[in-house]
Amino acid sequence: MEHAVHLRDAVTLLGRFPALAGVDLDVARGEVVLLRGPNGAGKTTLLRLCAGLAPVSSGTAEVLGVDLVARRAGVRRRVGLLGHATFLYEDLSVVENVDFWARASGADVADGRRALDRLQVATRLHHLSVHSLSAGQRRRVSFAAMLARRPELWLLDEPHAGLDANGRDIVDDLVREAASVGATVLFASHELDRAGDVADRTVEVVGGTVVAHDDGGRSPDEVAARA
Amino acid sequence: MTVDNTIPTPTGSATPSGSAASAGGGAGGPMSTSSTATRVLGTISLVGIAALVLFGLVLSPPDAKLGETVRILYMHVPTVSTAYLAFVITAVASVMYLWKRTEFWDLLAASSAEIGVLFFALTILNGMLWGKITWGVFWRWEPRLTTTAVLMLTYIGYLAVRQIPNDTRTRGTVSAVIGIMAIINIPITHKAVDWWRGLHQERTIFGTVNPEMRGLQLFSAYLGLTVFMVLFAWLLIHRFRVAWLTERAADVGVDAAIAERRAERPSGAVTTPAEGGAS
Amino acid sequence: MHEALLVMKKDLRLEWRSKVGIGQVLPFSLLVVLLFAFALDPERGVLERVTSGLFWVVVLFSSVLTIERAFSVEANDGIFDALRLSGMAPAAIYAGKVAALTLQLLVVEAVLATAVAVFYDTTWRGPVLSIGVAVIATLGIAGAGAVYGAIAAKLRSGSTLLPLLLLPLLAPVLICATRGFEVALGREAGPGWPWAALLGIFSAVYLTLGALLFRPLLEDA
Repeated sequence: MEHAVHLRDAVTLLGRFPALAGVDLDVARGEVVLLRGPNGAGKTTLLRLCAGLAPVSSGTAEVLGVDLVARRAGVRRRVGLLGHATFLYEDLSVVENVDFWARASGADVADGRRALDRLQVATRLHHLSVHSLSAGQRRRVSFAAMLARRPELWLLDEPHAGLDANGRDIVDDLVREAASVGATVLFASHELDRAGDVADRTVEVVGGTVVAHDDGGRSPDEVAARA
Repeated sequence: MTVDNTIPTPTGSATPSGSAASAGGGAGGPMSTSSTATRVLGTISLVGIAALVLFGLVLSPPDAKLGETVRILYMHVPTVSTAYLAFVITAVASVMYLWKRTEFWDLLAASSAEIGVLFFALTILNGMLWGKITWGVFWRWEPRLTTTAVLMLTYIGYLAVRQIPNDTRTRGTVSAVIGIMAIINIPITHKAVDWWRGLHQERTIFGTVNPEMRGLQLFSAYLGLTVFMVLFAWLLIHRFRVAWLTERAADVGVDAAIAERRAERPSGAVTTPAEGGAS
Repeated sequence: MHEALLVMKKDLRLEWRSKVGIGQVLPFSLLVVLLFAFALDPERGVLERVTSGLFWVVVLFSSVLTIERAFSVEANDGIFDALRLSGMAPAAIYAGKVAALTLQLLVVEAVLATAVAVFYDTTWRGPVLSIGVAVIATLGIAGAGAVYGAIAAKLRSGSTLLPLLLLPLLAPVLICATRGFEVALGREAGPGWPWAALLGIFSAVYLTLGALLFRPLLEDA
């Protein structure tokens, strides 16, 4: 299993619309890859495909060794998705949410609490209902819920959006940490400066396909040495 | 009676090309849903209906107990039996769809359900006619009529779901689930309604074919059943083909859409397969 | 399955927090009880004769509201996606939701029974049969309702669809539960247990079907 993600000519039809129109992508384990591209290009769909949520209508798609065409449900527990939606129950409190989602994924309540601390979600917020939090605070809680699962593949859809400078720093630190312990990170962002620092390489998504690739300036040896 | 199920390769043209999309017995092109098979069935149906009218209304004698009104049985029993057959087909097709996930089963289930609801409506209509003549009122809470009314509402719900715009996969899955849930309810509802009306000594007037029938009466009854089965098959094939062609027409754009999508990239960009970087 | 328990507790906690059941559904059902008293003359013993039927009709309407609420919380904020990602078995999620729904509905029924006793001057007799019928019927309502609730939550215009889908299916439940209650109240002769048995068949069938069908439903959004 050399690759975390291996896609060849992957097509995803949402209804009859080809959200992904033939994607070729290889991501090695432990890599941090930035997805960039215009709105509507298919970045979100690509992340969802890697999460096992979006169907693969044709082509080859293997994530973490799981064949997504045959059994995409099999990869879900091993990935973590930070999407645009919060994945939180508005009427429940922060800890109730994190506890529930941690236990639902097979993790411990303790993992969830630790994750909240890592995201620096203040203790005084813990028992507040999610609906009374700001958007940025909700993002941190969503992130914590994802963190608690200890996923092998991180799929982050614009992780910096809505966060203050402190929050963005935390995200960057977490991404570096994840890569250093062997997790793979794919993230979509429009914040190219910040993202460029964290990513090993950049991939351009346009028109439902992957086009250009840049090196982030890191050589393969640097990446290997870090893993 | 088989339908050619191969999907014509979309060539980007606006109309489905003739050769690939012809349905069944090799007759007219894709613009029509008829074929040799349907013409045969259609003819048999029409001749059969004429025969049924002859035997049912003219040649067979009136019943000793029910008088002339027995004649409605020659239509009523067939319509309700055919409706049940239609819904069994829907249920089986629904299970097959959830298993195989091919469009054929989804369209078969939906087409069959539509015709089933039609036949239920016919059943209720002629039941009401019978009621007006026999009881003097259009409706009584007689077990068969009551059950049919409830079941018809159930399947109208099924049809309502099919109308909601959604992608094909969602619509197919949801319809299949409803089709399966609904069929299981038929025997349970029958039992419940029968017991309920049985409390009031309401015997079911419309039984199955009465074994006391003899001669021409019995013949008319079975003729009715046969004719309506053939009619059902004829309608089903046509309806299925219409549904299938509708999907094909919607499909034609997919390859073109993929090409359009890929063309979204700004001109001058290079398409390279995923090789760069540190993989 | 501890996953089912997890989902059930989460649902009950959500209900407790938002108080939709207590704050909205219950008052609605009491309101309907009152409305029927206005519509049918309370003086001439009409209400007494229709008590069981009215009770169950009100329960059915309340069920539609409760089920709708139970699934609309899942339809927001990408929660269906999150449930899929959690890797919990769909049958376990289904079981948890059915359990939570059953408990909520039983609470509504208990309050309703009290209200009916007060407003319609009914003495509830035959407790074993009544409670037996109520529990089995409620399981059936929750079992079938959970499937349709999930469907309604995923479709556009789903909330108007839910009563159309669910209520015809529950017609036998209405018939059997009403008859069972009539026997329990002593207003009808004859054994009540056959009604409970038919209800049992309904519930068993739909609980099984629901557990099986929930997986494809959860998948396709």
